Amino acid sequence: MKRRIGWLFCAALLLVAAGHVALAQTAGAPDPLAAADTYVNAPKPWQMWFPKAGSPMQAQIDWLMKYVLWIMAGVVGFVGVLMVYVFIKFNHKANKVPSHLTHNTLIEVVWLVVPTILLAIIIGPSLSLIWYEGDDSNPYMTVTVTGHQWYWEYNYQSVAGLDYTSYMIPDDQLQPGQIRRLSVDHPLVLPVGEKIKFDITSGDVLHGFYLPSLGVQKYAIPGSIQTSWTLITKPGTYYGECNQICGINHDAMPIEIKAVPMADYLAWIKVAQANYTENAVPPDPISSPRPIDQFAEASK
Amino acid sequence: MSFTAHDPHDVAAQDAHTHDAEHGHGKPSFVRRWLMSTNHKDIGTLYITSAVIGGSVGGMLSMIMRAQLMYPHNHIVTSGAEWNAIITAHGLLMIFWMVMPALIGGMGNWFVPMMIGAPDMAFPRLNNMSFWFLAMGFIFIMLGLTIGEGTGAGWTLYPPLDNATYSPGIATDFSLFSLHLAGISSLLGAINFIATILNMRAPGMTMFKMPLFCWSILVTAFLLLLAIPVLAGAVTMLIMDRNFGTSFFEPAGGGDPVLFQHLFWFFGHPEVYIMILPAFGVISHVVSTFSKKPVFGYLGMVYAMVTIGFVGFIVWAHHMFVSGISDDSRVYFEVATLVIAVPTGVKVFSWIATMWGGSIEFKTPMLWAIGFIFLFVIGGATGVVLANAGLDQELHNDYFLIAHFHYVLSLGAVFAIFAGFYYWIGKMSGHPYPEFWGKVHFWTTFIGVNLTFFPQHFLGLAGMPRRYPDYPDAFAGWNFVSSCGAFLSGASTAVFFYILYRIFTSKEKLADNYWGEGATTLEWAVPSPAPHHTFEDVPVIR
Repeated sequence: MKRRIGWLFCAALLLVAAGHVALAQTAGAPDPLAAADTYVNAPKPWQMWFPKAGSPMQAQIDWLMKYVLWIMAGVVGFVGVLMVYVFIKFNHKANKVPSHLTHNTLIEVVWLVVPTILLAIIIGPSLSLIWYEGDDSNPYMTVTVTGHQWYWEYNYQSVAGLDYTSYMIPDDQLQPGQIRRLSVDHPLVLPVGEKIKFDITSGDVLHGFYLPSLGVQKYAIPGSIQTSWTLITKPGTYYGECNQICGINHDAMPIEIKAVPMADYLAWIKVAQANYTENAVPPDPISSPRPIDQFAEASK
Repeated sequence: MSFTAHDPHDVAAQDAHTHDAEHGHGKPSFVRRWLMSTNHKDIGTLYITSAVIGGSVGGMLSMIMRAQLMYPHNHIVTSGAEWNAIITAHGLLMIFWMVMPALIGGMGNWFVPMMIGAPDMAFPRLNNMSFWFLAMGFIFIMLGLTIGEGTGAGWTLYPPLDNATYSPGIATDFSLFSLHLAGISSLLGAINFIATILNMRAPGMTMFKMPLFCWSILVTAFLLLLAIPVLAGAVTMLIMDRNFGTSFFEPAGGGDPVLFQHLFWFFGHPEVYIMILPAFGVISHVVSTFSKKPVFGYLGMVYAMVTIGFVGFIVWAHHMFVSGISDDSRVYFEVATLVIAVPTGVKVFSWIATMWGGSIEFKTPMLWAIGFIFLFVIGGATGVVLANAGLDQELHNDYFLIAHFHYVLSLGAVFAIFAGFYYWIGKMSGHPYPEFWGKVHFWTTFIGVNLTFFPQHFLGLAGMPRRYPDYPDAFAGWNFVSSCGAFLSGASTAVFFYILYRIFTSKEKLADNYWGEGATTLEWAVPSPAPHHTFEDVPVIR
């Protein structure tokens, strides 16, 4: 009995403490997204390969890309060497009398069979990646991502009322530390280490929900929902872009993701519910061909 | 293959007196000859001229684009609408008003009848009509570029962006109708080629003695015949949606934007083979001529083209790996797409085998052909990468894709066009091209386009999306290199125009077969330039 009272007391204390923490955050004390600032996965100058994989899916894509590219580099190299050999051996100075060879059944069979074998070698691991990418079952949470001209809208299906819009920071309003053309006013916040499903759709024209460092890409299509998923392994900031032409500001609707540990994510939800639920009304898409900076102004 | 045309000098002699007599009609007036032409060579010349014009406009647009992308935060293109109009017109112009008229309408018209020993195309007036539909289409596409905000949906024209809500201007209607005109033009041209090749071969010219260029045009014509009507249907539905309140592609009315993508790519994928198959034909002739050897594995080459044409129709959704097709569809379309690599490999290895044991002369056309083969292999290799649906999820619509299709088209089809141009310009004009400047043109273009497009692979891997007028600063480096390469390629076009000037001011005359022993097809048996009526008597092929 005493013990039970003790537990109840502790629980009550915890609740009060949690409430205090939440209040403190709304008041502008410790930022629950701070953990995401420690690691920024953005494109680098003169980058020549994929971004560092932020998810197992991108890690698999990276692996398969190397696998296929090495095979194909071998093919290109082989053809290149063969051509150089032919030019040295059979140019008109080295070989004055041309042969009239026009058939060789063996070689013709070889160049049918060998490429077919190479393709089979590629197809094996490639197909398993397709099914892996398509397997969005049993997610921890689902976010509905809606593309609009020219901003993204995020709706957390499991958090009542949590629905907000995300605009690019216009060039003339960039703060130190923000990345031109990639940073947004309200990033998508996700917990690390959990499977997150995206339900992707559009409110107007086609958009492309493209997260290169996470290996996610799907068109946002009005009137239908497409799904994809990710699992972010490391807290940090990840970027993406709209990758299907959507009108005059197609290049001005990037995606910014803040991936934080679960505790910070749960803390953030409280702040977000307080801040975002009333400003969840998206601008009317018909009136949207307004300058982008006006939108950013309006959504502040 | 051997043939007995009557003694070519007879043809020359006949030409000398038919030129002023021309069946008693006299020398046709300029208007009669060029505006009302029914002669396959004159129509071919018109097509090639229009390809030069279309290519120049499309090329200038790409110079503007690369100037804009040279530095981040650039303002050469003043608005997103202007940018989108430029990219849309660039794509459509290069496909419908440059590559297709150069290879199919131009070289196809000039040389298919000559190679099969036919006096002209089967339907000369239809031939004239095809050209003028295309010319009218050119006016429409230029209106689509310039009126109001222009057509800004990209060359793929995906709705809903180009429906009445999001592209209200009339410019989009002009661009859609320009596709109708270009489509009718291609369709009539295709019917004409099929009728000509199936019915008008000279005695003894059996299907399997027919030169590979004719085969390539025949397969291309069938692709056009089957693909263009699908495009026409899709474009018509789009026009209906825009102007008559239907909702084929409007979700609000029960339509589906993805339907357009299926229809578009059911046309669009065969379209890429429509552009590249005639290029294959040209390359076979050039490689064989300058190796002084017959084509290796002729039958294999024919079957490879037919296979590519057939399989090309059943792989369209590999353009749609991220637009809502199921996993199993992704599996099917990936495997079917990869299958195309096999017949394409047959083509490449057969060209190398044609050179093997030959006595290769590196004249300008051969340089372009070699450039074609090697760069096409690179483009094909990245094609195999992109065909992997799992990888396409990362690479779709980014600069890796841009690099890929410019390697097969801008460096593939265009190199074949120049190979064919330098190969046949003597036959078409009667004057030689300046060899030195031809090589300068090749090397400047070769370096320029590789500098332009190779770095784009890196941009794509780093995640730069296509159709962006401005980009995050991290992409600046490779974009700068790419733009420098583009300007070098642009400068090489000036060399090409200088060469054209040299050709048409040249006083030098060429022999019938100015390439010598390697050139064995029928066009080399007639004088250079080929007389107005190629064959007064039907040649007999043994």
